[in-house]
Formats: sequence, structure tokens, C-alpha cells
Amino acid sequence: MIVTILQIVLRFFVLVALQVLILNNIQLGGIVNPYLYVVFLLTLPVQTPKVLLLFIGFILGISIDLFQNSTGIHAFACVFIAFIRPSWLKLVAPRDGFEPDESPEIRKFGFRWFLVYASVLVFVHHFVIFNLEIFRFSDFWSTQLRVLYSSIFTLVLIILSQYLLYKPEK
Amino acid sequence: MRTLFELIWRNHFVVLFVAIQSFCVYLIVQNNRYQHASFFNSSNAAVAKVNEGITYFKEYINLRENNQLLASENAQLRNMLSKITQPRDTTKPVVTDTLQKQQYTYITAKVVNSSTTLPNNFLTIDKGTADGIKPEMGVICGSGVVGIVQQVSTHYSTVMTLLHTKSKVSAKINANGFYGSLVWGEELNAHESILKDIDKTVPVKKGDTISTTEFSALFPAGIMIGKVIESKLNPGSNFNAIKVGLSTNFDNLSYVYVVDNLKKDEQRKLEEATQKANEQ
Repeated sequence: MIVTILQIVLRFFVLVALQVLILNNIQLGGIVNPYLYVVFLLTLPVQTPKVLLLFIGFILGISIDLFQNSTGIHAFACVFIAFIRPSWLKLVAPRDGFEPDESPEIRKFGFRWFLVYASVLVFVHHFVIFNLEIFRFSDFWSTQLRVLYSSIFTLVLIILSQYLLYKPEK
Repeated sequence: MRTLFELIWRNHFVVLFVAIQSFCVYLIVQNNRYQHASFFNSSNAAVAKVNEGITYFKEYINLRENNQLLASENAQLRNMLSKITQPRDTTKPVVTDTLQKQQYTYITAKVVNSSTTLPNNFLTIDKGTADGIKPEMGVICGSGVVGIVQQVSTHYSTVMTLLHTKSKVSAKINANGFYGSLVWGEELNAHESILKDIDKTVPVKKGDTISTTEFSALFPAGIMIGKVIESKLNPGSNFNAIKVGLSTNFDNLSYVYVVDNLKKDEQRKLEEATQKANEQ
């Protein structure tokens, strides 16, 4: 239990550092901004208390905001993800449910299940962020295009990281 | 009353969610409208320290290009120096102008954090109130205009660059002296900007240089901004929207100069007094 918590705390710092030090400096054609850090919220254990999840989301978002001069935008999106995650997990739960201590990861539930689970949350997260950043309806479609491209790019990064970091269980 | 508490307790998850989201909205609005939440941005010393570390590495990557920039700037300064120190015509007496005081001083600052990909881009520089920097000062670099100082802490300041949707700088076409406002939108990339309010009858050629005007109290006149890429008529108006290729490369800025206009307060006071007098 303590090992798991330590792992999660470590993952938090690694992901925030990765986002701030490297990914925030990536610019592909000026329209793609990958926000890989959101994988932290996706892969928290299923049993994480809902209220705790909200606070974790806020802390994660505000940490990213600090480095982007975008006060509140990432926090808003993360808290929103934290809010819908429990219901979404219940909706896509495998037939025999989750075991306690399990995390929604590829090695446990397979590629297809994870893709469905992650793509919706990542898309919602990016949708909120890009639209809050612009905050107007002119250029509406170009913004949605940025949302789509960035979501796909983030998803690819998330899936790559899942395969790189965890070996599948037999 | 008890039922109220019970109701809240039963829905505490939703209530908490709404509370945190409201706080986030408060932060967003506060920060965007008044730029007041100074703790939560990169002029915060702790965050700036980390950014300084990142920049330390970035500087190495851009070393070659920056050397070139500095060298060309040196050459320019040398040229100016040689003009000033040319041997005087000995038949003319030397006149020391005691009335004409220096108008601008420059403070050198290092860029410790910058962004170019967001809709509203900022720089953080490593000089603050301790070095005499105040909000609303202009910022330039060797190759052109950079932006305007927004917030200041003791040792750091944030600069709203030209790549900010609310940035507006008065600019003129050097070839004919017509002037307009330089603005930026998120549909543009980090090397472009739009010069608007130029009448459609004004002849504009591709490659014309754009520079700062005498009207701005922030920048000295004649600082390079960029070159015209194309000129298009704004549909439904009598004005051209001119696309400008910026001369400043925001991707690898390392050192900038903050402009302190020593006569700014005097100019502003006079203009305000005139306005007031006209209103009465």
C-alpha cells in the first residue's frame, strides 16, 4: 500500500517535470500541444476516493498552470476529468467489475478497452483546455481541429508510455 | 436547517466539485482581466528559479545563433560610435547642449522563460523592481521590438510579447510614414503579425520595413519591427490588413533590453491635462 502511494507520488513529479521541461517546448506546426501529464489522472487506482480525486486533479492542474501562465485553465480541466472519471469507469467497467487496488492500465484490460477509456477523457480534457484558452467563438473550427490533433498526439504518447513502462502480464 | 445539511452531505461530491470549479473560474477571470494573481504565475520566485534552470540549457543550444546576433549588433554599435567620435571640424566651436537631456536608458535582462505556441505568450526576465523595472515599460532586443512589461516582482518580471492577443503597438511604414496598430491573433504563427488601420489608398510594397513610431511612450522611434509580407484589403472596410514578418525571433530570445523612458511621466501628465482641459 505504502509502496503504491510512493510510486504514485513519484509518478506525479516525473510527469509534471516531463510536461514542463520537455513537452511544453514541443511545437508541431503550431497547432499540436501534447498534454501527456493527464495520464496521471487516468491511471490512478480505481478505488481512489472520489473527493480525493478532485483535490488531486486540482493540485495537478495548478502545478502545470504555474509554469504556463495560464492560471486556472489546466486546474479547471483536470478537476472536470476527476469529476467524470468515476462515472465513466462505472460505465465502461468489464463484466466482472474491477478488483480493489487495480488501476486502469493496458496490461490489465488490454489495448482496445484502454483506448476507449482513455480517448474520451483525453478528448474532454483537451477540449476544455483549448476552448478556455481561446475563449471566443471566432476561429471555432480551427480550435476544434487543434483539439482533435492534440488529443490524438497525446493518446499516442500515452499508449507508447504504457507499453514502454509496463510489461504485459501473462 | 438539518435537512439542508443532510442534503449537502448526501451530495458532497457534486458540491465540492462545483466549489473547486468556481475557484478555478475565479482564478482564470482574475488572472486574465486584471493580471493580479501574481502569486500564481512565473514571476513567482520559486517557479522562476526552475525556469531559469531550463533556460540555462536552452542557452547552450542557441549559442551559435546568439553569438551571430550579438556580433551583428556590435558591428552596428561600432558604426554608430565611429560616427559620433569622428574628428570634428575644427573651425566650428563645440557646443554642449545642456537642455537636451538623455531620454531613454536601457536595462539589460536575461530571458528565463518564454512561450511562443500559446494564444497569449509571455516572457519572464531576470530583472525586477530591484533593478528599476516598472510595469508598462517597453522591451526590445538587438533585432527588434519584443513586448511590454506586465508584472514585476523583486527580481523577476513578466513581459507580454508581441505574440499576445491583447498586444497592441503603434507602428509605421518607413517608406511613406503612414502609421497603424500592430496586433496579433492566434491564427498567426510566432513570426507574423498584422498591421491594421492603414488606409487602402496607401501604397504598400512587399519588403517595406515597419518600425515603431514617435507616438508611443514605451519605445524609442525607429526601432525595427519587421517587413511587409503581404497586404490584403479587410473585407467590408477601407483599411488594409498588412501581414508583417517580425524581425525578432521569439523562439531563441536570450537577452533583451528594457526601455526606460525618462520623459514618459512628463508626456503622459501633459496629455492627460490636455484631455481634462478639453472635457471641461
